[in-house]
Amino acid sequence: MIYLKLFYTFLKIGLFTIGGGYAMIPLINSEVIANGWMTQEMLIDFIAISESTPGAFAINVATFVGVSTGGFFGAVCTTLGLVTPSLIIIFLIAKYFNKLTEKPLVKSAFFGLRPAVIGLITYAFLSLALQIVFTNVGNLSEIKNTDWLAIILFAIMFFISKIKIPNKKSDKKTKLHPIFLIILAGILGMLVYGVIEPALL
Amino acid sequence: MNRKTKKTESHDKTGRLKELWVLFYTFLKIGIVCFGGGYAMIGLIEREVVEKKKWLSSEEMLDIIAIAESTPGPISINTSTYIGTKRCGFSGALCSTFGVVLPSFLIIFAISFFLEEFLNQVWIAYAFKGIRVAVLVLILNAVVNMFKKSEKSVFAICVALFTICMCFLTSLSVIYFLLISAAAGIIYNFIIRAVKHTRAAKNLQTSTDNAETENKTEEEEK
Repeated sequence: MIYLKLFYTFLKIGLFTIGGGYAMIPLINSEVIANGWMTQEMLIDFIAISESTPGAFAINVATFVGVSTGGFFGAVCTTLGLVTPSLIIIFLIAKYFNKLTEKPLVKSAFFGLRPAVIGLITYAFLSLALQIVFTNVGNLSEIKNTDWLAIILFAIMFFISKIKIPNKKSDKKTKLHPIFLIILAGILGMLVYGVIEPALL
Repeated sequence: MNRKTKKTESHDKTGRLKELWVLFYTFLKIGIVCFGGGYAMIGLIEREVVEKKKWLSSEEMLDIIAIAESTPGPISINTSTYIGTKRCGFSGALCSTFGVVLPSFLIIFAISFFLEEFLNQVWIAYAFKGIRVAVLVLILNAVVNMFKKSEKSVFAICVALFTICMCFLTSLSVIYFLLISAAAGIIYNFIIRAVKHTRAAKNLQTSTDNAETENKTEEEEK
């Protein structure tokens, strides 16, 4: 019955992911991590892996959770579950209701949904940040090890992510691709946690 | 006569199969080449579908992005399903979606077998400690961009703050908060419209009252 549960869980995720990409993180937090199929740390690692492999983040996560809990058929179930709502809804819109998203009722529902999604991702960011800075702490009263190096690293990475490089094709300046940021962070991570931290202690 | 129609039918069938294959193949390519998903994919789809294949005009593409963003589901799957449906109906939608899903499915399936061992290597673990911080930066930038693009009304800020507080205070699934905020949006717009309506009605009434009194005075003057 694990297959049915996997399918149903990812069906819910597919149905309630609005805005794509990072909007899925809060849902995975409350549906997948709550089930014990993935740890929060694994989720963050997985975002990095998804950014540096081809394909959409949503499908990558679905496949990974499926394989690690139910093997090949688990992966098929999760991916099918994720895709089914989009397939049905978009098929109906493309075929019959071209103007559905302009209907007042749908519009006003999204008027409430959009800020909620922003709030949810902000919460996901805050809880992940707390977990990274105060390593492996469940509640705030247990704060012991503050990872100051992570805070410094965060500031450095934030400034690097804002650097714009001139584009050869047009006059517009483009931002660095996330892959470069991730590779750089990997190198910095080895340097900071493998060389600098042991030297400080 | 009969034979002729049969012939054209079979010709149509092979043409349709060919078109389905082209749909599958095009989205397979997009699925392989696209790194990062979501918005990165939209640029690629635009290049393939609008510029090369000329299946859509760039205005249609903009409409599709708007629909893909404002309906449930990952953007890449929504866009590929939409284009597939427009080209070949439901079987087209199946082919394009299967094409876009297949590469990530196979790659992650292969990776998943040695991922945990890979992450347990000491130096890789150090690297991922740094990478986690970079992912935080990516999420923060995504939220800030979303916030910049969104409408900043008092209502929107209240809803966002409400969901953040509820997440911290309760351990309910976020699905409930999404449903609540959708309902809040509908109720809010309903109230706004009702208020506008009554105001407009009042204005109308006062203006008709004025007109009536004017008429009366005019009549009296006469």
